[in-house]
Amino acid sequence: MRPAIKVEQLGKEYQIGDREIYDTLRDAIMRKFRYSAGNPRTEIARFWALKDVSFSVGQGEVVGIIGRNGAGKSTLLKILSRITEPTAGRIDLYGRVGSLLEVGTGFHQELTGRENVYLNGAILGMKRAEIAAKFDEIVGFAEVERFIDMPVKRYSSGMYLRLAFSVAAFLESEILLVDEVLAVGDASFQKRCLGKMRDISAGGRTVILVSHNMAAIESLCDRCLMISQGSLLADGTPHEVISQYMAADIDDQATSVDLRDHPNRRGGMQPVMQRVSLLSDTGSPVSSVRMGSSLSVEVDFVCQEYPVRPNLEVSVKNSFGVTVFHASNRVITQYQFQQSMDHGSIVCNLPDLPLVAGIYTIDLFFGEEYQNLDTVYDAISFEVTPADVFGSGQIPTANEGTIFWPATWTVKADDGTQPSSRN
Amino acid sequence: MSATDKAIPLTPECYRPGISDSSFVRPYLTILPSGSHLTLNLRELWQYRELLYFLIWRDIKLRYKQTALGAIWAIIQPLLPMLIFTLFFGRLAHVPSNGITYSLFAYAGLLPWTYFSNAVSNSSSSVVGNANLVTKVYFPRMLIPLSGVFAALLDFFIASTVLIVMMCWHRIPLHASQLWLPVVLVAITLLAAGTGMLFAALNVRFRDIRFALPFFVQFWMFATPVIYPASLVPAKWRWLLALNPMAGMVEGFRAAVFGATLDWQMLVISSMAATLLLIYSAYFFRRAERTFADVI
Repeated sequence: MRPAIKVEQLGKEYQIGDREIYDTLRDAIMRKFRYSAGNPRTEIARFWALKDVSFSVGQGEVVGIIGRNGAGKSTLLKILSRITEPTAGRIDLYGRVGSLLEVGTGFHQELTGRENVYLNGAILGMKRAEIAAKFDEIVGFAEVERFIDMPVKRYSSGMYLRLAFSVAAFLESEILLVDEVLAVGDASFQKRCLGKMRDISAGGRTVILVSHNMAAIESLCDRCLMISQGSLLADGTPHEVISQYMAADIDDQATSVDLRDHPNRRGGMQPVMQRVSLLSDTGSPVSSVRMGSSLSVEVDFVCQEYPVRPNLEVSVKNSFGVTVFHASNRVITQYQFQQSMDHGSIVCNLPDLPLVAGIYTIDLFFGEEYQNLDTVYDAISFEVTPADVFGSGQIPTANEGTIFWPATWTVKADDGTQPSSRN
Repeated sequence: MSATDKAIPLTPECYRPGISDSSFVRPYLTILPSGSHLTLNLRELWQYRELLYFLIWRDIKLRYKQTALGAIWAIIQPLLPMLIFTLFFGRLAHVPSNGITYSLFAYAGLLPWTYFSNAVSNSSSSVVGNANLVTKVYFPRMLIPLSGVFAALLDFFIASTVLIVMMCWHRIPLHASQLWLPVVLVAITLLAAGTGMLFAALNVRFRDIRFALPFFVQFWMFATPVIYPASLVPAKWRWLLALNPMAGMVEGFRAAVFGATLDWQMLVISSMAATLLLIYSAYFFRRAERTFADVI
C-alpha cells in the first residue's frame, strides 16, 4: 500500500510555563533575573506530551485514535496539521492535508451564511473558485438554503453546526484529520456526517479520526491506535483496541485512588487533590453500585500555600466518553462553603443515580469559587450493575438511553373519564 | 476525474523520474522540528494569497458593523484631530505650516499618520484576536498581521476624499510630484507591516503590549512632523528626527501633495529603515510563531 502518513519517533515537549495563559513582561524579566541568581525554584518544568511515537498510515485507510483526556491525541493531531511544531522526530505526508479540529473555525456571528462559507473554506485551504463550484452542494447538504443570506447569529445552533460541518465535508484533501467533531449536532445529522465521511474514505482518501465515541470509531475505522501518556500503546483493529481500552478501565477500578502522582492530571497543575474515594450510602468503600442506588465521591485535599473555600466539580462520563452529568457546589448557594481550609476533605453525594449498567469514569475539578486549582481527568472509575429498578423484570439498558427515568403516565379516554388501571 | 484519482498527489515532483516503484514516491510535505533553521517561506505566503484577501475582506466587513455612522468613522478619525489641532496649534499657538493653511497642512499630515497608526494597532492585536484560528488551523501566520495592515488601507482611501475636497477648496493645483504619493504610501505600508508584525508577535507572549501601544503610538505621533513642519525643529536636532522613519514619510507625503521639494535623502533613509525593520520583524515573527499555538 502506498503510504499516506509516516510518523517517526515523534515527540513534543512542553515547558509547563509555556502553557500558562498570561505571561507578562515583568514575569519574564523577573525570571531572567532569578535565573542569573541561580534560584532553583525557577527551573522550568517540562513534560513530554508525546514521546517516541511512530506509525504509518496507508492511503485510503481510516484510522481512529483513542485515549483518555490528556493522553496526547490532540497534540498529535495538532502536529500533523502543523498548528504546532514537534520537538523531535519526523513526519512525511503524502498529500494535501485538511484538518478539522473544530467545526466552523473562523465563522463569524455577524457574517451571513454565504460569507462564512467562503471565509471558512478559505481558512481550511480551499481556493475561491473551488468553493464557488461547490457552494450549492455545501448549502444543500447543510439544508440551510433559505437562510444563506442571513447573519449566522440568527441561526439555530443546529443550522450553524450543519453549515460549518458541510464546508469541511467538501474539503478535497488527500488526507483529512478530524478531532471529535462528531460529538456535535443532532442525531440525524451525525448519521449523515458519518455517511459523508464513509464516502470520503471510499473515495480513497485517508482519514485520521480522534474521538471518544467508540461506536463511531468502530463503525468507521479500519484500524485504531490507542495513546496513553504520550506513547502509542496499541495498534490494531478497532474491535481489539477498544476492548483493550475498556479492559484497562475495569482494571483501574478501585474504591480509592491516590491522586498525588496521577498520570491524568492536567498539564502544569499542582497536586492539591490527594486522594479520591468512592463510598456507598452506608459509608463503606465501593467500586460498583447498583442502578438507582447512591454514591459519594470524597476528595482529600491539601492546599498549603493558602487556605481555600473548597469547591469540587464532579463530571461523570459513560464509556463513550460522553459526560452524563456534571455536579458542582459552586452553582448551588447552600453548598458554597464559606470556611477557608488548608486541608480537609469534601464529599459530593450523588443520591439515586439514574445511570444504566456500565462503566463510568469521573473527572475531578477542585478549586475556589472562580479559580480552578487542580484537575484530574479520569481520576477514578466505577461500575453500575444492573438492577430491577422498576420492579418489573425489565431492566433498562444502555440501548434505551444514557439514563433511566422513573416516569409516570396517565391516559384519558375521549369522553374525559379516567379509565381504571388494571391491577 | 474520479475520487480515486485524487487520492494520489498529482504534483509532478511526486515521482522520481524513471522509477515507477511506489515506495519511491516523495512526500508532499515533511514536518520536522525547525530548530535553528529559519526561512521566511514567501512561496507559501504567495500560495495563500486568497486567504489574505478573505482576511482583509473580513476585517473591512466587520469593522463598522453595528456602528451608527459606519464608514464615516474613517473620515472622522483624521478630521476631528485636525479640527482640534487647528484650534490649539494653528489659531492659538500659531505653529508655522510652510505657508499652507494650517488645517490643510495638518490634515495632509494626519491622513498618512492615521493610516499608519490604525495599521499598526490593527496588526498588533491581530494574532491574539484570532487565537481561535491560530490554535485550530494551519496557514502562514504572517497573513494575520498583514491583513490588519491592508484593511486599514481602505479607511485611508475614504479619508483621502476629504483631502481632495480641501485641496479643491483651497485651489491647490495639480503637481507632477503628486505622482510620488503611491510610492510614499507603499513605504508607509512597509513600515506599518514591520512594526505591526513585531508587536503582534510580542503581544502573544506579553499582553503588556496592548496597554503600552496607545501611549507608544501617541508619543510616536508627537515625535513625527504631523502637526508641525520638520522645519520647526532646529537644524542641529534634525538628524534626530530622521531617525524616525515616519518623519521622512509624513514630510514626503505632504511635500508630494503640495508640490514642495521632496527631501530625498530623508525619504530614502526612512524607506531603507522601514525595509530593514520589515525584514527583521518577519524573521522575528517566524521565530515566535512556532510557539503561538502553545502560548496564546
